[in-house]
Amino acid sequence: MILPAFLLFVLLLLGTPALAATLTPEGFRALDTPNDAGKSLSLAWKASPDDRADRIVQVWMAESPAAPFKKVAEFPSNTRYVKPGDFPWWAQPAGKGDHYVKLVSSQAFPIEDGKPYFVKLLVRAGDQEVWSEVAEAKAAPDMFNTAQANNLAFVVVFMGVLLASIAAARRNPHVHLRRIAGLDAVEEAIGRSTEMGRPILYLTGSGGMDEVSTIAATVILGEVAKKVAHYDTSLKVPHRDPIVMAVCQEIVKEAYIAAGRPDAYKDDSNFFITSDQFSYTAAVDGIMLREKPAANFFMGSYFAESLLLTEAGASTGAIQIAGTDSDHQLPFFVTTCDYTLIGEELYAASAYLSREPVLVGTLRGQDIGKAVIMSVLILGTFLATVGVLLDTDWFSYLLDLFKDFK
Amino acid sequence: MIFLKRQLPLAITFVMGVAFAIQYYVPHPVSEEAITNVSKWMQIISGFALALGLASLFHVHAVKIKRQVPGWGYSLVLYITMVVTIVVGFWSRGETTVDGAKTGLGWLYDNMMVPLQGTMFSILAFFIASAAYRAFRARSREASVLLVSAVLVMMGRVPLGQFLLPWTWDVTQWLLNVVNSAVRRAILIGVSMGQVALSLKIILGIERAYLGGGRDQ
Repeated sequence: MILPAFLLFVLLLLGTPALAATLTPEGFRALDTPNDAGKSLSLAWKASPDDRADRIVQVWMAESPAAPFKKVAEFPSNTRYVKPGDFPWWAQPAGKGDHYVKLVSSQAFPIEDGKPYFVKLLVRAGDQEVWSEVAEAKAAPDMFNTAQANNLAFVVVFMGVLLASIAAARRNPHVHLRRIAGLDAVEEAIGRSTEMGRPILYLTGSGGMDEVSTIAATVILGEVAKKVAHYDTSLKVPHRDPIVMAVCQEIVKEAYIAAGRPDAYKDDSNFFITSDQFSYTAAVDGIMLREKPAANFFMGSYFAESLLLTEAGASTGAIQIAGTDSDHQLPFFVTTCDYTLIGEELYAASAYLSREPVLVGTLRGQDIGKAVIMSVLILGTFLATVGVLLDTDWFSYLLDLFKDFK
Repeated sequence: MIFLKRQLPLAITFVMGVAFAIQYYVPHPVSEEAITNVSKWMQIISGFALALGLASLFHVHAVKIKRQVPGWGYSLVLYITMVVTIVVGFWSRGETTVDGAKTGLGWLYDNMMVPLQGTMFSILAFFIASAAYRAFRARSREASVLLVSAVLVMMGRVPLGQFLLPWTWDVTQWLLNVVNSAVRRAILIGVSMGQVALSLKIILGIERAYLGGGRDQ
């Protein structure tokens, strides 16, 4: 009877430090959160095989080692791990599978940049509690997001490819362009309007000048306006954005001058209707039904108004050409328009219509970029599959290069 | 003159384009503050530009009324409603409600604008039906594929279709998640490449047509 009691006592004596050892967070450290705007600290420590839901981790912070520590976070010990895809391998603040906790400035505990903070962890399992060592860190804003270095490298390389393509196109201007039916039909549409003596309606979409698709739409307007001036047809460009209207007025005016017809230019061919979506739609539908334009152009970005506009135009028998990067509106345009420029064709339109070597060269650059992306997609799918089959992380070093990290 | 019309806008475009391309990679608060300030500037400019739009609106419709072109009555209606709305707006001090009570402007918005907008939006249902009818006529092999997939998706999405043909749910999910997503992503990759290329062309001054006139000027 005495012997088992003695053994139990010895085991308890030995077991307490052993339990404390398993509770203690190994490799605990505090650091400035990388690639952020400051006012944030991060904590990292090694994962333990004993991590489980009923073992609680508390984060305590203070402004000095002597000051009272304040609890700022609490979570089960089997959470907050660094998961694959959280960070690229070249900007990883903690090893894969380690614990990682980001602490941001809050009203409860404000974090200021440049000021040292002291952090410690309390791990609690049942009645047992173990404190980690105190770690110190200062928050600071970063000047460059290293996680996005691959993105920057891609942009720089793509810019180099574009410039090289332009230089190649200057040397050899005979670059083959695949036929884009929608752009070939521009001339036909304007000719038809001239023959019928009806105006041409051109819409630049619902976006402002800060949208690339609107800029593309205004660029195409310049080419269309030149042809309109040449054919001496009437052009109507109703607008939703006054800034786009002002830009388009200048573009159309210059197009008429370039076509040698400054006398034919009318200042009110570009006019503002309203910035309200459905009021604008109602007004443009009214113009279509009353004035019956022979050709309708819908370029730029569109939302719910796309079908309301194009279906009204289709009912008047006008030839309709659309071009948009709004992928969710493409089905409506394809259904109701005679020709549709799908996605990138909108951006290629300027080069296609002008046939200027410099602009045509950029299309080749885009094609090279797409070829690279397609190759990466195929290779990446293959490597990711092999990586899963072989249960290895080796390929992630290559695959991370093509991922988008924030 | 050429400096103000060409070189200065191109220089501003280059500097701002490069600055805000770099801004994307800089998480520093100064960078965040810069983009916030530029957004505010854009709002201010848009506010001033609205006066430009209003001037255009008044001018176009005044000419129509003066010349009594066909449909000039609509322009008159626009003038009257615009003046009424502006007067009521000033009278209501730009507020739609005061102490929970609806002002004249609020009444105009709720009883004129909202029903009119709702009417326009509701027309979409009829237009979708007529557009779908035209698109789904099996005139070609592609249109037939479209028709069959549309019928399957419709059956898989409505309770009655799922009750009658339960397998259409899986087919619908496959069509949307595999076929549709693949095509959408392909379009989006092309759009993204096109946007980056056009942005670079504008920043580097290769594409100048948005400034008006030819590129060779």
